[in-house]
Amino acid sequence: MDSALSDTRVRDTPVLALKILVAGGFGVGKTTLVGSVSEIRPLRTEEQLTAAGRGVDDLGGVEQKNTTTVAMDFGRITIRDGLSVYLFGTPGQDRFWFLWDELAQGALGAVVLADTRRLTDCFPAVDFFEHRGIPFVVAVNRFEGTRDFRPEEVARALDLEAGTPVLICDARQRSSGKGVLIDLVEHAGRVHAARLIAEVG
Amino acid sequence: MSHPWPGRPAPDYPSIPRLPVPDHPPVPGLPVPPSGRPAPPPRPTRPPRPHHWYDDAAGPMVRPYAMTRGRTRPAGLEFDLIALVVSDVPDAKDLPIGPEAGLILALCRNNALSVAEIAAETDLPLGVVRVLLGDLLAAELIRVSRPVPPALLPDEHILQEVIHGLRAL
Repeated sequence: MDSALSDTRVRDTPVLALKILVAGGFGVGKTTLVGSVSEIRPLRTEEQLTAAGRGVDDLGGVEQKNTTTVAMDFGRITIRDGLSVYLFGTPGQDRFWFLWDELAQGALGAVVLADTRRLTDCFPAVDFFEHRGIPFVVAVNRFEGTRDFRPEEVARALDLEAGTPVLICDARQRSSGKGVLIDLVEHAGRVHAARLIAEVG
Repeated sequence: MSHPWPGRPAPDYPSIPRLPVPDHPPVPGLPVPPSGRPAPPPRPTRPPRPHHWYDDAAGPMVRPYAMTRGRTRPAGLEFDLIALVVSDVPDAKDLPIGPEAGLILALCRNNALSVAEIAAETDLPLGVVRVLLGDLLAAELIRVSRPVPPALLPDEHILQEVIHGLRAL
């Protein structure tokens, strides 16, 4: 990005765009959550993955060339002119982990959606955000007919670091999704403030 | 330990794959571009008009990176997913650019759109969009606002504004 710093066509305008990730297992409600709070219809963007470069030297492997498409959801919330929040639903399949690195770059924080019937599905996401030091909250998406668990129980089962909020939500409800995002931004603010203090001290 | 779930195992970070696995199987239902010669298009039953011998099910008729002349990375900088693109070019008709680049210009005319939105609106893969944006930037047909660098993010003021904005939704 060094070239970008000196590039006058790339401006540091006062336009701010913040990024929030929505992660969790397959079918846990990521698309639903993004859709319920986004002001634009949920858009899907596709990343086409090619084994680019591979085979350049290895002519025998040309037949092996593969292309795979990964879809991810995203939504937008405009806070005011010049300040928007973008939501990205991360690809659920494990084999697209490498995409997370890019998505996580510069993210304000993340929501890990959990389904108590398949709690293990969100282990990888919890590990990922803990390891990267990205502030996150765990939001248990309540599905009809599932047993209720207290947030403390879920926190213990996930072995969360102290202070990581666990919330119960209904991803279909806009108000519920909003609440999750507000809690996340507040949590991210606390985490960042604590880091600043730690740096100074 | 009153909960019924198994405990989270110790993470094994080195095992997290960071690079595309080259040989992963094709996703069912998605077209897999053939190697070498393109596969013959599906033969329609009772074609209504002889010119429309293909439909959406045939997949894209142009391999995506053909639009970028084989380039998979933009010439200059990388475009972040939430970098905002805006174009001030009044009319792209007479410009020496391809139809996809023209479509991007039309979408961003006086309207800041994120790179992710452009990919979704144009139905093009992100990689392709990034290369096309690189060309448009080099030709000075677009302006790009970089997202706030992470280190500058936690401005208390902005976070408060976001929280208020979310509450007001």
